[in-house]
Amino acid sequence: MDLKAENISFSYNKKRQILKDVSLSLNSNQIVGLIGDSGSGKSTLCKIISGYISNYSGKVTLDDKEIPDKDYYPVQLIFQHPEKTMNPKWKMDKVLNEAWAPTQELKDTFGLKDSWLTRWPNELSGGELQRFSILRALNPKTKFIIADEISTMLDAVTQVQIWDALIKHCRTNNIGILAVSHDPELLEVICDDILYFKDINHI
Amino acid sequence: MSEMPWYNKGLFSSLNLRQKTLLTIGLTAFVLIVIFISGTLINANLPTNFAIKMQPPSFEHLFGTDWMGRDMFIRTIKGLSLSIVIGLGASIISSIIATILAFVASINRVCDEFVSWLIDLFASIPHILLIMMISIALGKGAFGVTMAVAFSHWVNLTRVLRAEVLQINTSEYVALSKRFGKSKLWIAKEHILPLVLSQIFVGTLLVFPHAIMHESSVTFLGFGLSPHEPAVGIILAESMSYLAMGAWWLAFFPGISLLIVVLLFDIMGENLKRLFDPSEANN
Ligand SMILES: Nc1ncnc2c1ncn2[C@@H]1O[C@H](COP(=O)(O)OP(=O)(O)O)[C@@H](O)[C@H]1O
Ligand SMILES: [Mg+2]
Repeated sequence: MDLKAENISFSYNKKRQILKDVSLSLNSNQIVGLIGDSGSGKSTLCKIISGYISNYSGKVTLDDKEIPDKDYYPVQLIFQHPEKTMNPKWKMDKVLNEAWAPTQELKDTFGLKDSWLTRWPNELSGGELQRFSILRALNPKTKFIIADEISTMLDAVTQVQIWDALIKHCRTNNIGILAVSHDPELLEVICDDILYFKDINHI
Repeated sequence: MSEMPWYNKGLFSSLNLRQKTLLTIGLTAFVLIVIFISGTLINANLPTNFAIKMQPPSFEHLFGTDWMGRDMFIRTIKGLSLSIVIGLGASIISSIIATILAFVASINRVCDEFVSWLIDLFASIPHILLIMMISIALGKGAFGVTMAVAFSHWVNLTRVLRAEVLQINTSEYVALSKRFGKSKLWIAKEHILPLVLSQIFVGTLLVFPHAIMHESSVTFLGFGLSPHEPAVGIILAESMSYLAMGAWWLAFFPGISLLIVVLLFDIMGENLKRLFDPSEANN
C-alpha cells in the first residue's frame, strides 16, 4: 500500500503559515524517518496525515483513494506524550482494549505486564504508558503508523525495546512507519530512508 | 488517630482537612436523613386535640401547638421531609436536563447556539416568577412544583457542564477515539460522562437548598402545593394569620428549621465540591 501526502499547505492562523506544498510518499513495507527543527511543523504534518486536522489544502491518499473519515482510520498517530491520549478515568485495561483486543503474545512482545492493566494512567510511567499507546494502535486495520517523537521522553533501554517490538511487528504485518525525531542517530539505525523536513516544506 | 481517644484531643483539631470535610458531609447527611426518615414515618393526618390548642413551646410540645392542637414539631418535621422529597426530585430532574443540554451543545455549532440561547433566556427570568408560571401551567401540586423548580434550576449546572464537555472534546484521547472509528454517542457515554459525573453529583446537591427554598416560597405565596399538604410553605402561610394574636412560635420554629435544613444542604454540597475539586485533590 502507498500513503501519499500531496501539496499539503496549512496554517493555524493568518499570522504564520506552517506548511507549504509538502509532499511525501511512503510504502507499507518502508520505515521512513523525518527529521527537522523543533517548532518547524512536523507534528502538524503528522496530524494532517493521520486525520486529526481537516482544514488543510492538498490531499492525503491511501492507494490513490481518499481516506474515509468515519470508520477506523488506517493511518494511526502515536503521540510524544502518551498520558494525554488516555482518559484519566479509565483503567489501563479499558485503555488498551479501546480499539481492539491485542493478543497475549503481542502484549508480551511489548513487555506489557498484566499487573498494569488494573491501574489508572497516572499510576504508570511514561515508558509504560507508551507501550500501551503503541499496542492499541496496532489494530489489524492499521496500515501505517505515524510515530511522532514516541521515544523522546524515554530512557535508552526502553527506547530500544519499544522500537524493536514495533519494527518487528510492522515488518511482519506489512505496516509502514513514518518516524519523526530530532535524533539523527536513532533514525539512521531504524529507517530505510530519511527525509529532511526543511527540504520538503517549501516555506 | 487510633492510639488516642478522640475526645481527649478534641475531635476537629486532630483531623486533616480531608477528614474534616468527610466528617462534615457525614454529619450533615446523617441529620438530613434522620429528618427525612422520621418525616416519612409520620402520618400526614395528625391527631387534633382542641384541649391543647395554641400552646406556646414547652417540654411536651417543643415547637408549641397550633389552633387545632396539633404538635408543631411533628408538623414541621413532616413538612421538612416533604420539602426534601420535592427538593430531591427537582434537583435530580434539573441535573438530568443540564446533562442532556450540555451534551446536545457539544453536537455542533447550531446546537451549541441553541443551548446558549436557552441558557440566556432562562437566566434572564427571575426564578420565583418562572417557578410560579410553570407551577400554575402544570396545575400546581407536588408535580407542578417539582417540575417548576427543576426547570428553573438547570442553568448554572448546564453552563459548567457545557464548558467542561467542550474542553474534554478537544482532548487528545477524544480525538484518538474518533480515529478509532468510535461514534459521538459512544464517546459521550464512555469518555465524557465518567469525567463529569462528580460534577453532576455535586451540582445536584448544590441545587438542593435552592429547590427547597423556592418550593417553600411558591407554596407560601399560594402558587405551589395545595393547602391540605403538610408542607412548610403551607405551615408558614397559615401561621401568618395567627401572628397578630401573638402565636409567634407557629412561624418562628418552622421557619428556622427550614433555614437550618437549607443550610445543612448547602454545607454538604460545598464540602462535597471541595472533596471533588481537582485543584484540591491529591493527584
Ligand atoms: N494548535 C495550535 N494552534 C496554533 N499554533 C500551533 C498549534 N500547534 C502548534 N502550533 C504552532 O505551529 C508550529 C509548529 O508546531 P509543531 O507542528 O508542533 O512543530 P514540531 O513538531 O516540528 O516541533 C509551532 O510554532 C507551534 O507553536
Ligand atoms: Mg512535535
